Amino acid sequence: MRRLFHQKTSRWVLAASLVLLLCPGIAEAHLVTTGLGPVYDGISHLALSPEDWVPVLALAFFAGLRGPEAGRYTLFLLPVAWLAGGLVGLRAQTLPAFAIPAISFLIPGALVAADLRMKPGAVAVLAVILGFIHGWRNGAVMQLAASGALELIGMISALFVVVALVAAFVVSLKRPWTRIAVRVAGSWIAATGLLLLGWSLHRGPL
Amino acid sequence: MKPTRFCVHSVTWVLTVTIFLFWTQSAQAHLERSQVFGFVSGFQHPWSGADHILAMIAVGIWGAQLGPPAMWLLPVTFPMVMAAGGFLGLIGVGLPGVEFGIALSALLLGAAVCTEARPKLVFAAALVGCFGLFHGHAHGTELPAGESGLLYSMGFVIATGCLHGIGIALGLVHRWTIGRVALRAGGVFIALMGVHFVWGALT
Repeated sequence: MRRLFHQKTSRWVLAASLVLLLCPGIAEAHLVTTGLGPVYDGISHLALSPEDWVPVLALAFFAGLRGPEAGRYTLFLLPVAWLAGGLVGLRAQTLPAFAIPAISFLIPGALVAADLRMKPGAVAVLAVILGFIHGWRNGAVMQLAASGALELIGMISALFVVVALVAAFVVSLKRPWTRIAVRVAGSWIAATGLLLLGWSLHRGPL
Repeated sequence: MKPTRFCVHSVTWVLTVTIFLFWTQSAQAHLERSQVFGFVSGFQHPWSGADHILAMIAVGIWGAQLGPPAMWLLPVTFPMVMAAGGFLGLIGVGLPGVEFGIALSALLLGAAVCTEARPKLVFAAALVGCFGLFHGHAHGTELPAGESGLLYSMGFVIATGCLHGIGIALGLVHRWTIGRVALRAGGVFIALMGVHFVWGALT
């Protein structure tokens, strides 16, 4: 008797499942039209924009090479400057895109490759300049895409995490060859920037 | 401090995911001829010419033969010098005898590996830098037309770095006697190929 009941129940469950499978609704969680929500859109925007995250990576490398103090300055000043630039960009006209990614690759990458001795304050100034310019560019693009400040918040949160992890990792490197490996990565970033600069001059804005 | 197994696994996973992220090609529906496809297209470009491959690997081997600091100095400076050549090529600045210079690079770098030449570091860096300029210039003028060169440039530079890495890795056998002999034999092969390239450039 009990077995028969179980069989009947199983059939009903199977039938109900098939009906549910045949009647799919539209998934509301991640609509293409709504994106992932403004904060996650900001995070994914950064992840999908190498012209933004590679210079940040180079800056984090450089801050790490220059020690914990430079790393701390960069960690807190870069996101703040990015936010400030982004808010300005949201209200201003778009910046000319010409050569900004190329220069942002070239300068921090070259500094990493050269392992240039620089005071933490100077690294902080570099972080503020890079953050403000890239924030401005992103803000201007977000204005065109009708996005808001929440997207900027998502972006700077991701920046904070990236800088914290990368700079701390580089600070922890003690063996000479590991620091050389970071410098090689910097030279690759600078070389990419140089090629981009040539590309910009040859083909127009990127 | 030895890296933990967790650390090694994490790095492997991050590298794998990064490679897959960069491995994206243009959607076939919107493929346009002669356009830059992205990272893969740039990554493939340095592997397309035997002269370039041999010269880059020879740089790595020679650096490994010279030992530190040359072993580290060459991979740091070479991509930047080569990109400077690419920059000149892209903006249309001419460089005389590019093809001959590239061919000569394989010959001389092969000879340097073969003879285990030990010039002053400045001279070695200048020689390699000079050849890097020629190689970069040739690549700069050959870069295909496209709307965005970012991922292409990244792939191109990373591929060149990988070629150096292969050269350095091969050069690490220099610590053993049989390895030294094998490297010198490899140098002879590269120099002979260089003769072939020079002959091709002159005729």
